[in-house]
This record gives sequence, C-alpha cells and structure tokens, in this order.
Amino acid sequence: MSRFKDAGHLLRVALIFAAGIIVFVLVRTVLVPRSFGEYGHYRGNAIAEIAAQPTAFAGHQACETCHSDVVDVKNKGKHAGVNCEACHGALATHADDPSALPAKLDTAVLCVRCHEVNGARPKGFPQIVAKEHNSAELPCETCHQPHSPLIVPGAKP
Amino acid sequence: MPVQGYMYPNEVELAWGILIVVYPYITGLVAGAFILASLERVFRVEAVKPTYRLALLTALAFLLVAPLPLQLHLGHPERSFEMYLTPHRTSAMAMFGFVYLWYLMAVLVLEIWLEFRRDIVLRSQRTKGLQRFIYRVLTLGSTNISENALHIDERAGYVITVVGIPSAILLHGYVGFIFGSVKANPWWSSPMMPVVFLFSAMVSGISAVLLLYMFSSWYRKKAIDMRCVDTVARYLFYTFIIDFSLEMLDLVHRIYEADESFRSLDFMVHTRLYLSQVVIQIFIGTLAPIGLLAMVQLFKLNEKVRKRIYAVAGGLTLIGILAMRWNVVIGGQLFSKSFLGYTTYKIGFVAKEGLLTAIFLTLLPLAILWVLVKLLPPWPDHETPSQSGIAPVHGDD
Amino acid sequence: MNITRRQMLILLPAAAVAWDAVIAGTPEASPNYRLSEHWWGMLVDISKCIGCGNCVRACATENNVPDGYFRTWVERYYVPDNDPANPVVDSPDGGKNGFPPILEKGGKTFFVPKMCNHCADSPCTQVCPVGATFITPDGVVLVDKKYCVGCRYCIQACPYGCRFLNPKTQTAEKCTLCYHRITKGLTTACCEACPTGARQLADLKNPNDPIHEFLRTHSVQVLKPHMATRAKLYYNDLDGSVR
Repeated sequence: MSRFKDAGHLLRVALIFAAGIIVFVLVRTVLVPRSFGEYGHYRGNAIAEIAAQPTAFAGHQACETCHSDVVDVKNKGKHAGVNCEACHGALATHADDPSALPAKLDTAVLCVRCHEVNGARPKGFPQIVAKEHNSAELPCETCHQPHSPLIVPGAKP
Repeated sequence: MPVQGYMYPNEVELAWGILIVVYPYITGLVAGAFILASLERVFRVEAVKPTYRLALLTALAFLLVAPLPLQLHLGHPERSFEMYLTPHRTSAMAMFGFVYLWYLMAVLVLEIWLEFRRDIVLRSQRTKGLQRFIYRVLTLGSTNISENALHIDERAGYVITVVGIPSAILLHGYVGFIFGSVKANPWWSSPMMPVVFLFSAMVSGISAVLLLYMFSSWYRKKAIDMRCVDTVARYLFYTFIIDFSLEMLDLVHRIYEADESFRSLDFMVHTRLYLSQVVIQIFIGTLAPIGLLAMVQLFKLNEKVRKRIYAVAGGLTLIGILAMRWNVVIGGQLFSKSFLGYTTYKIGFVAKEGLLTAIFLTLLPLAILWVLVKLLPPWPDHETPSQSGIAPVHGDD
Repeated sequence: MNITRRQMLILLPAAAVAWDAVIAGTPEASPNYRLSEHWWGMLVDISKCIGCGNCVRACATENNVPDGYFRTWVERYYVPDNDPANPVVDSPDGGKNGFPPILEKGGKTFFVPKMCNHCADSPCTQVCPVGATFITPDGVVLVDKKYCVGCRYCIQACPYGCRFLNPKTQTAEKCTLCYHRITKGLTTACCEACPTGARQLADLKNPNDPIHEFLRTHSVQVLKPHMATRAKLYYNDLDGSVR
C-alpha cells in the first residue's frame, strides 16, 4: 500500500503547524522585553523602575542636618532611639522644601498611642493609664518635653 | 460576621472565586469526554461507538470555552499572552498553557478533522453559499477521500488518540497539580490531587456525554442504543468507584494523621463547607449515583427504568463534581493559614466574576456544541433531518 | 548652639550626601550601589515591639498601600496559661492604629509584626507563570507591576499571607523592603518609624552589619521553618505559639 501518495492532506496540516510555530517564534522575538532574562526570569529593567519610586519619609539623617539642636536634646533623653518621623510623620516634602511646614502634632493622640497601658507591651516599657495620670486632660507637653520626656524629680521644666 | 477567629489581614478576601471553580470543571469535562471517546478508538470497546463523534465534539466545545473564565479572572487579561512568550518553567500554570495548546491543536482539532474529513469534503461539494465556503476552508484544499486516503486518516487518528490519552491525562492532571503543589495550603497540597482531579474529570465527562447522547436521541426521535448506554454506564460506575475510593483515602489519611491543619479543616467541613461537601458532593453527588448505578449492575431492570436511572445518576454526578471543584477551590480559601479562623466567600451576581457569569460560561459550551453538531453531524447522514442546502447523503456509516 | 569643628567635619559631608539624595527628587539607586554586594533581610525583636502601629502607618504612607490591604501588619497574641498551643490572635485593621486594651487575664501577651519574609527559596516566585515576581540578586522579592497579569497564584502560594491584589493596579503587591530606599542608603519606612528599634534592616552580606553579632548571641527563629522557604525575616524571642 503506497503510504504517501494519498497523504497530501496530512502534509498540509504539517505545513500549517510549522507555519504557526515560525510565526510564534517571530512574534516572540518582537514582543519579549529586551531586558528580560538579564538577571533571571524577569524584566531586568523592573529593578531600576522599582528603585526609582519617590520617598515619603526623608530619613532621620536628613532632619539632623538642619535640626541638630533638637538632636542634641533628644540624644540626652529617653527618646534618643526614636527617629524624628516616628512622631512627626513623613517629611520628605519638608526636607525638599523647608518652607513647607509639617502639620502640628496632637499629643493627646500621639503620646498615648505608645504609652497607654496595654498588657501586651513588654514589661519595663513606660506605660500609664491616661485617665489617672492625666485626669485634668492637659496636653502632655505641659509637663513633658517630648524630645526628652523624662521628668527628673526636682528638675525645673 | 464575615470573619470568625483570626485571618491574616490579606486573607479575608478570597483571591480565587467562582470562575476558578468553573474552569477545572470545564477542563474536566473535556478530559472525561475524550477518554470515553478513546475507549472505542483505542481499546476497541465497540459498544460505545455511537457516542464517539459526539464525545469528541463535546470535548471541543468545552475546551474552546475553558480559557474564558481565566481571562475574565485575570487582573490584566491583555497581558495573558506573556504566558506563552516568557513561560516560567517552574510554574505549573505556565506549563499548562502549552499543554492546553498542544491538546487543542495537535490532539483534539486534528482528530476531529481526520474523523470528519470525508463528511467535510462531501459537504463542501454539495452545499451552497456561506456553508460551502466554511466547508471548503475546512478541507484545507484537499479533496482526496479515496479509500487509501481514508485509511491513512484512520491510522493517523488512531495514533493521535493513543497520544491523546496521556495528553488528556496531562491536561487535567496538570490542573490538579496546580492546586496539589501549593505547599502553603494543606487543603490542596497532596500528591493525590492530580489523580483525584483526573478521575472526577472522567466521571463528569462520561456523565456529560451519556446525558448528551440520551438527550440528542430523544430530540431526534431516535431509539437509544441500549447496549451503548449500558456500557457507558458500566464504565461510569467503575470510574466512580475508583474516584470515590481515592477521595475516601484522602479523607481517612487526613483524619488519621491529624496534622496541624486538621482541627481547623475539620471544623470548616462541619460548618461552612457542610452543605457543599457532605450533603451535595458526598451524598447527593457521589453516593446516590453510585447506588443507582450499582442497582443496575446488581439487578435486572427493564429498559425504561435503566434510562431513568442513567439520566438521574448522570445529572447528580454533574452536580456532585461541580460541588467537588467548589469545595477544593473555595474551601481551600475559607480557612486561615494561621489555622485560627475562617472567612466567607462574597459572590456578586451580575459582576465580572459573578454567579451569572459563571452560569453563562457553564452553558455556553452547549450552545457551541449545538453549532458544532450542525456543522459536523456526529450521526450517520441518513439520520440527519434534512435542512435547506444539505441534500441527505446515503452514508455507509 | 555649639558645634565643634570636629563635629562639623563629620556632619557636613554626611549632610551633603543626604541632602543630595533628598533634593534630587526621585533619583535612581545611588550610583555606588552594587547588587552583588548586598543580601537583604530584616530582624524583628519581639521583646521590643510595643504594638504602636507606627510601622503599619509608615508603610502605608511611603508605599501608597490601599485601605484594607497590608504590606505589613502587627498581630497581638494572647497565649492562655492552660492551652499554650491555641493562642487568641487579633489584628484590628492590621494594628494600624494600635490595639485596644486587652481584656483577658493571665496568660502571656505580646505583639508580632509581620511582613514579607523575602524568602531565599520563595514558593511565590516559583509559581509565577510569567516571571513578574522574582528575587533580585541582592535578595529582595519584588513584583514587576508592568508585567504581572493578576492571576493571583503567588497570593495562594505564600505561606505567610503577605501578598494581596492591589484593587487599583490589578496586580499582585506586597512588601518591597522599601527597595527604593535601601538602595539609596536609607532604611525602610517601617524601621524608620519604629520608636523602639524592634525592627532593624539587615544586610547579611555586610560584615559590619550588627545582624551577624546578633544572630550569634541570640535565639532567633523564622516563621514556619518546616516550609523550608529560607525566610530572611528573623525574629528574636518568637514564642512557639506564633502562627
């Protein structure tokens, strides 16, 4: 039985498949991003794109260039390890343009967020019950200097 | 209350919804229908021949719809071609894209074309207008339907079916592996997942073809070939036993080993998943059809009763396997990976990933099948009701 | 205000570098940054975390994280005396505004900050079908949001629940270890905002980084070690009940 004489239609199918594969390879060369595979199975350019995202927090070194006086006070007190923006919020815009002043802080909200008593906080961390400690509901900075908050007995405010 | 106990904050909203339930259901029907078709072609189970062409067309109709739920689910469907351009070889999902393409083009479409080629050529010569154009395109320019050519087709079709069986297994086994390989999720992570998915696919596919064959015979007012449906139902029964055993093995193993996830999963199955898992999947969708099919095997029942049983069993099976997909996909996201809490699945109705969309996508293949059946009749031509433009051909099928 | 000349000699150049970086607007990684010289991780000290939520807020501000989704969050654990394997955990809005007072008596309570573990063997990058999520040569797991198709497979594959789908970009998102900051010599937003030093960025390839000494002298754990993800988020004082 002659095998290939009547197999013309199968040849056409094979040609269509081959054409499909060739088209696929060509399309692929055009569409795959150039930097793909540079470091691994991903677009190499993505790394630089992600690294170019703008910052919202300036970082404490930026604050310290202008506000070194505050840094001095802070470094002598209990808040030495607390970065500026931990309380003052994201300030990259202010660091870029010092005339853009940050919003005033509300110590009634800010201080209790860390210092209101909560059983899950580590033992030894200074905590108060605000209603008892501050029954007059005065602003915290009436007695405590936020940059160096510990009140030494007998010391002047 | 949507969340009970503790969920990691990003886990509260389900990432994969009902469309990802519909997708394995549809691909499962494809694999099952094809394997039924291969019973005749490769394993020479001659009794099921009346369902052969119908099974192939059913598989194609469902396979064409399969990518749609995925496209609707993607955040960026316009980028989905990236899976073909830069497939990540460690990703089962990426590799599946090629398995799908291979199965569609090199197996199913080719096999259907070879099977129907003679009819395509004849119709290209006997119809007019748009129909003639369509058939002429489908001939790929070759009108050789000599005995030798048809013999070559038959041999080629046999080879393709032989290759097609592992391809169909790969098609749905891969879907199972997509879930089964996720070590982060103890409800999914299991080497048995591809096997369970495959056997439940076979069960649903065989049921679908059985029901479609019985329906189309009734619609065309033709007698149902009882020897055929009895054989199909027997294979359905055997496959179901295996499927059920696999599911029970997974369950017993989980209960016995009782690892860190067990208490959380057990609670979930008894509460949020009770209706869909225990009631619908196990009782209504598995035990009931198995029981009905067992009755046919054990007792001598007359033709009318058997037909009723097959119809009911087939329908319940289709519901049960859909429930199984739901329980895997949705169930796998209802509990927290902290094993400390549960969330709820909020589904929209008229939404991109809503219930209406899911229903539409499940029914769309039937509409496509209707078109395919008109284009490439699975039945011998002398049985086709005459339509304008097509003169009945006295086939020797 | 009295600045000595010595202080000035140190301050001025440092200030100039920092100033340049800030003033430049959106600069790329500093020109001296070499990918091969760094291998980033993070250290979280449970014994120092006070659950103030500064880190969660700072991250949301720095990275425009949408409401209801979290690149980092803080959990509070209450471990009952009689049932240490079954803690009660809460994280109201991810701990963004701190925590309400605890009601249960007895037992053990503590806070656990969570975020992407930047796993060296990450299951999330393994499953990405297109190569949109990856680990950089300097050890940070990132998502290329121009390439991500939004299939959510990576979200399913993360054992720690740290990924989500951003509803605006429709791409997968998670903690980037503030890659845009650390490549410029800054620290991450969460570390910057943490008032107690509970979070510390760590460069495992830098021999002078304090992480090395810390790892040698403390008992340090990672989450879900049985998953073998080679997580680089190290916890000091992590209780066994933490999920």
